[in-house]
Amino acid sequence: MLTAILIMSGIALVLGAVLGYSALKFKVEGNPLVDQIDAILPQTQCGQCGFPGCRPYATAIAEGAADINRCPPGGEEGIHKLADLLKVEFKPFGEGMAQPKTKSVAFIDENTCIGCTLCLQACPVDAIAGAAKQMHTIIASECTGCELCLPPCPVDCISMEPLPQTVQSWKWHYPIYTMAVTK
Amino acid sequence: MFAPSFVTQPIGVPAIMRRVMLALLPGIAAYVWFYGPAILVSLTLASVTALAVEAAMLKLRERPIRPFLSDYSALLTAWLLALSIPPLAPWWLVVVGTAFAISVAKHLYGGLGNNPFNPAMIGYAVLIVSFPVQMTHWLAPHGLAQLDLDLAGQLAYIFGGQLPGNAVLDALTTATPLDTLKTQLHLDRAVADIFGLPIYGYLGGKGSEVVALGFLLGGLYLLATRIITWHVPAAFLGTLFATAGLFYLIDPAHYVAPLFHWVSGAAMLGAFFILTDPVSGPTTPRGKLIFAAGAGFLTYIIRVFGGFPDGVAFATLLMNICVPLIDAYTQPKVYGTKGGGR
Amino acid sequence: MSTLHRFHGGIHPAEHKQESSERPIARAPLPQQLVLPLLQHIGARAKAVVQAGDRVLKGELIAYAEGTVSAALHAPTSGTVLAVEPRAVPHPSGLPDVCIVIEPDGADQWDEHPSFDFCPLSKAELLARLRDGGIVGLGGATFPTHVKMATLVQTLVLNGAECEPWITTDDRLMRERAAEIVEGIAVLRHLVSPSKIVVGIEDNKPLAIAAMRQACAGTDIEVIAIPTLYPSGGERQLIKILTGKEVPSGRRPLDIGVACTNVATAYAVHRVVNHGEPLMARVVTVTGNVAAPQNIEVPLGMSIAEVVRLAGGALPGTTGYILGGPMMGLHVTDTSLPLVKSTNCIIVKSDRLFPPAAPTLPCIRCTRCAQVCPAELQPQDLYWFAKGRELDKAESYHLFDCIECGACSYVCPSSIPLVQYYRYAKSEVQAQHRERAAADHARERHEARLSRIERDKREKAEKLAEKERAAALARQQAEAAAVSPPSADDAQALIQAALQRVRAQAAAPKNTDNLTPEQRAQIAEAEARRAQAQPVAHVATPKD
Repeated sequence: MLTAILIMSGIALVLGAVLGYSALKFKVEGNPLVDQIDAILPQTQCGQCGFPGCRPYATAIAEGAADINRCPPGGEEGIHKLADLLKVEFKPFGEGMAQPKTKSVAFIDENTCIGCTLCLQACPVDAIAGAAKQMHTIIASECTGCELCLPPCPVDCISMEPLPQTVQSWKWHYPIYTMAVTK
Repeated sequence: MFAPSFVTQPIGVPAIMRRVMLALLPGIAAYVWFYGPAILVSLTLASVTALAVEAAMLKLRERPIRPFLSDYSALLTAWLLALSIPPLAPWWLVVVGTAFAISVAKHLYGGLGNNPFNPAMIGYAVLIVSFPVQMTHWLAPHGLAQLDLDLAGQLAYIFGGQLPGNAVLDALTTATPLDTLKTQLHLDRAVADIFGLPIYGYLGGKGSEVVALGFLLGGLYLLATRIITWHVPAAFLGTLFATAGLFYLIDPAHYVAPLFHWVSGAAMLGAFFILTDPVSGPTTPRGKLIFAAGAGFLTYIIRVFGGFPDGVAFATLLMNICVPLIDAYTQPKVYGTKGGGR
Repeated sequence: MSTLHRFHGGIHPAEHKQESSERPIARAPLPQQLVLPLLQHIGARAKAVVQAGDRVLKGELIAYAEGTVSAALHAPTSGTVLAVEPRAVPHPSGLPDVCIVIEPDGADQWDEHPSFDFCPLSKAELLARLRDGGIVGLGGATFPTHVKMATLVQTLVLNGAECEPWITTDDRLMRERAAEIVEGIAVLRHLVSPSKIVVGIEDNKPLAIAAMRQACAGTDIEVIAIPTLYPSGGERQLIKILTGKEVPSGRRPLDIGVACTNVATAYAVHRVVNHGEPLMARVVTVTGNVAAPQNIEVPLGMSIAEVVRLAGGALPGTTGYILGGPMMGLHVTDTSLPLVKSTNCIIVKSDRLFPPAAPTLPCIRCTRCAQVCPAELQPQDLYWFAKGRELDKAESYHLFDCIECGACSYVCPSSIPLVQYYRYAKSEVQAQHRERAAADHARERHEARLSRIERDKREKAEKLAEKERAAALARQQAEAAAVSPPSADDAQALIQAALQRVRAQAAAPKNTDNLTPEQRAQIAEAEARRAQAQPVAHVATPKD
């Protein structure tokens, strides 16, 4: 009985020492988890998750303060990836919460724009060109479609235009069988 | 929108399975010649059971029945199982084995193409673990038993358990040459001595050696028609030969010559028909060599040092477990990655 | 004679070349209408330089190559531009893309098209001429030739393998126009200065081999008959056969000192250099379920329907059309689609010639696909990963080394549409890479913005502090000055300085002064537009 206890304690001690040593030896600097989560997020900086940007949301997820299903631009695929990374169950978008939509870019009706620069200040990626009392224009290639410029516009001259599918952006479909053998 | 290619080779899965079954016929013919028609009865029993269970499972899994029932894969499993178990067994033995093979080993893992283990060998393993006595009553070849049964007599036994007169089962069955060898060696008899027993023929067991040659013939047909590649049979038979040869060289009095192992038990059947099952085997050429070599080695070890009469089934199943690992570590280099590529 | 090498795998599908290979190349009459997609090559869309209503001459540039990897487009005949608009194009998506639509006037009147001596030209100039001549690889991939031929190589490989069943355009071209092909090769030789030039032709085309050998007699161009085995005409496979070298994964043939191009491309190069004719027609095989299968030289932009009519028309039982070969081609049903630079073959499909595939069964891991895969992949694993959408896994199993030759689906006993799975997986991975890049870009811009705001804040705070300090100083001085009031001189100087500032401001030009007449016109136009738009805006926003 005593030998058994001694042996078990001995094993525990040795293993503990190994674990402790490797924890020191292979210590990872910084908090890569936040970086990893941030790398999955689509960087629209739209704030639909309730946080002021992608990185704050990533930090919140890493701390366990936020759910993984609050990023509509990332789509269900994004949730799947987060679930994989964090080893948690997939969670669909909640009812009544923001839902994913087709990817769009903002478009400014130049006839209505009064050049107030409010949208310039709202844009998280500096995708709007313009100056005070000058007409503003969206740089479509930089726009992430976050819609943050919509509310501040006093004359409602910004609309979201869905991105059309082109020959270049088209993707091959998942093959569909002649016979429904496998799902 | 259709995908390329718009032309296809006309050999489908059913055709492949049919050819494999065709290749089994020489072996089966030899079987009938030496042991009587009992094997045909168990083949039929197994076939009917397999089709019925397959249909039932497909129905339960809500899969289309016709294309899968006509792909011959269930029939092939049934035949391989029937050929692995004693022909003169009670009817329920083959039925239980086949039903288990098709329902559990095949369909519960996802059906055709998804079973990690060879279904026929799972069926065999279940039977030999559950009904060891029935599984060792092998028919003696013609002329060796005290009692030879005709078809009617064999049918009467299979379905009714009745033997003519007051005969006992031992009068017409015998242990297999492999089993006999093992038992006799335990009794400290020398190999040469044991081979004097009437059940032994030129290379192995009388009769069974010819059946093995029949399977070899079918296997060569499969090789010639490129249904299988040389890797598995060559590596399996080669390793079995080499291992047996090594022991034979060390101590010929206690270890039998390697050719005996080739023509005994399920070695030939395993080399060409069981281990070559693509679904539960590895896919890479090197993987096939490792897989079959491992099976050959294990077969010898189980036969000689293990407690079961033959080792092919368990060797197959053990190597089946290793398949994902083997595949992962034997990925061939692709075009453009050889010689200082990536 | 060089020794030949083998690539892994390969298949022997039924050839079906006899049907179309025995008739000489016919010349197509002028069609009713020509539709020319701006994107019929790999790379960036060409930029149209004509608009609806313009009259164009035969051979006139109608779209120029924009960017390095792009190719120009020319009017195949004289006529009027009807429109520059999205039309259906031969693309698997079925999506429309921008096309130039030309209505021929029947005169077939040439624009100036001088031939030129390429020897004195600099390499860059000659390459530019090829680019402006719209030359792209005509084997099917349509990679711009001026990009491919920009690097010096040791070996120049001319691809005359034509390994796909049914297609015979290169066969006929080599039989009938071998001398012209050799002249085109001379131009390419001038560009890439190879020490060795080989023409690889599958040995099922003995007449083409003989014609090419005859045309090459006396030159150092080697014409090599290679064994017939699909896909020996794949660029990487042909290079392996002829040189024994493998193009490293993820790299291009140029990286191992080989340039490979189709014999038809060499012919097109000859036309542009020695006849001044840009690429505006090509030879296409029309075969399958048609009355008279043959090769036809067709102006680009002609509709499939018209081309098929030239070959006697589709016979009853037609179920569709394959653009390209039966192994890698594109299945379409819309016969109004135009013929493009990549269209080397139109196969009229019928159930008799192309029986529908057997129903798909699960993969039984038989590895027939791996045995025939010319890229030495494990197609069954790739299929497994693509099916399970494990894209990372598929990528690590060399998904992108797949050349989509279709050999795997050809042999698959379960009739699984394997190539479709690989295409799906590839385009999905590419889309993910695009999205990833876009996200990284957005993150960068966002972080740049945050740091800018931070900097602005800091600078503002510093300025404020500075001001406060200055104010404090001023207060101190004022307190000090209060003891002794300012002299009248000081006050006078201050007033003078203020006046000067005001005058200087008045003299400075306003941004509406000194405008050119065009700028004035533009302003007037903008004002007019605004005036016009105003009522609309009012209607649109009733709350006004």
